[in-house]
Amino acid sequence: MNDIVAITKREFRAYFDSPIAYVFMTVFLVLTGWLFYKGFFISDTASIRMFFSLLPWVFLFFIPAVTMRLWSEEKKLGTMELLMTLPLRDIDVVIGKFTAAFLFLTSTVILTFPLVISVNKLGNPDPGPIIGGYIGAILMGGAYLAIGMFASSLTENQITSFILGVVMCFILFIIGEIFVLMAVPYSIVPLLKFLGLGSHFESIGRGVLDSRDLLYYLSVIVFFLFLNIRSLESRQWK
Amino acid sequence: MIEVKELTKRFGTTVAVRNVSFSVPAGQVLGFLGPNGAGKTTTMRILTGFIPADSGSASVGGFDIYTQSLDVRKKIGYLPENAPLYHDMDLPDFLQFIATVRKIPKNKRQKAIDKMVQTCGLESVLFKKIGELSKGFRQRVGLAQAMIHDPDILVLDEPTSGLDPNQIVEIRELIRQLGKEKTVILSTHILQEVTATCDRILIINDGKLVADGTPDNLAAQAAGDAILWCTLKAPADQLKTEISRMTFVKTIHYWKENGDRVRLGLRCAPGEDINERLFHLAVDKEWILLELHWETASLEDVFARLTT
Repeated sequence: MNDIVAITKREFRAYFDSPIAYVFMTVFLVLTGWLFYKGFFISDTASIRMFFSLLPWVFLFFIPAVTMRLWSEEKKLGTMELLMTLPLRDIDVVIGKFTAAFLFLTSTVILTFPLVISVNKLGNPDPGPIIGGYIGAILMGGAYLAIGMFASSLTENQITSFILGVVMCFILFIIGEIFVLMAVPYSIVPLLKFLGLGSHFESIGRGVLDSRDLLYYLSVIVFFLFLNIRSLESRQWK
Repeated sequence: MIEVKELTKRFGTTVAVRNVSFSVPAGQVLGFLGPNGAGKTTTMRILTGFIPADSGSASVGGFDIYTQSLDVRKKIGYLPENAPLYHDMDLPDFLQFIATVRKIPKNKRQKAIDKMVQTCGLESVLFKKIGELSKGFRQRVGLAQAMIHDPDILVLDEPTSGLDPNQIVEIRELIRQLGKEKTVILSTHILQEVTATCDRILIINDGKLVADGTPDNLAAQAAGDAILWCTLKAPADQLKTEISRMTFVKTIHYWKENGDRVRLGLRCAPGEDINERLFHLAVDKEWILLELHWETASLEDVFARLTT
């Protein structure tokens, strides 16, 4: 447990020790804010749902940018050798890194609170969907993070890791979308709909916290963290 | 302390380490010597659990390097080649991180860090980012990180690379001090380094162990073909016939005539008093003997002979 905390602390600090954190947070907040307010005044409703419906697409490009360095940088700098010869279990390192990225993402998403304040000033929105939306957004972000981090473990090049992360997230996101579902045989529609990242987010965004959706996101996270551990172990395969 | 049995490691078609076996008792400073690409780093990476061997086994401090990797890693302090470090971190934060994952109790951490800062001479760069440090200082930070938990075994991959001559002397002195109570494996391709610091040398070439012994021992092995250098004021042709009569001279290694002087190097079988014979020869013929000395084989000769 102490190991996980130590890794998390180091990784979380690492975001702020380099310009990544500041650049990321600024661009994310400006972009989501602008996209939100652009439609907000036209639609004339005091609702924040627009913001949540944007997030899956914004996350698609932002989250692989958060995770791309997690392993690729270690491999490139050679610190992988330092880290992997310390008396740490692979699983602790993976969980520690994931937790750091998750905390970073959570703090960024929480910084969008001015949107909530402005919506509250202008109208009287139902708090349920807002809270549900935030929980859903953070969980979906967690799933993207786990995928992006796994992508990072596959290559020592950060750009490759970013693109791989975007592609993998995109595939998992799009298989549940309506235009894909219309094109595939009817028998596999329910399966794809269940596997798609986005379809689970819609219900959470409406303020419905269904245990199946929570379970889905947690499974995606656990599954990709497991793959990540396997990918680390692969250096030990003979 | 360290037992290595028949380790073999391939990368694709190249064999980095082939069938290497050796054992290191506690308290020994072992120097791993070899040209670039000989397999030194690969062997160290296998021992520290970073990469697996294709076949063979090894144990460190009684723990198997595969099945008890964590225990092995706890016992070892490792300085990887080129001292890879987190460049974005401040030095104290980095040492704090290492001290934490090395399970140094909280109340002793600061003391351990202070000790390392002092031992490795890091006071002047204490508040800098690691990325801003010069190569030599990074190397020292790498050493500090390897020694912070006072390990029984130190594995140092080229510990003095990138250091200036003064620092090299300091680090060698440090290693010698550590070697009194700890087991140290260090790799290098600098020969003076092993003579200066090591109790024992392993020479590895092309993945194979080619020599194993103390520095003196290895030098003595190479002394088989010693060279006797002498300079005489003598007529060259007469000298040549006299020399060719001496049966223990194997070959004339060097011959140069300069006016009435001849400088020559004779490759001889060991144990013969050829210098005495040459002296008597010069006296008999009334030649003037200007120089007469043995070139004793050094580690350089052993190294050159075994690795080329």
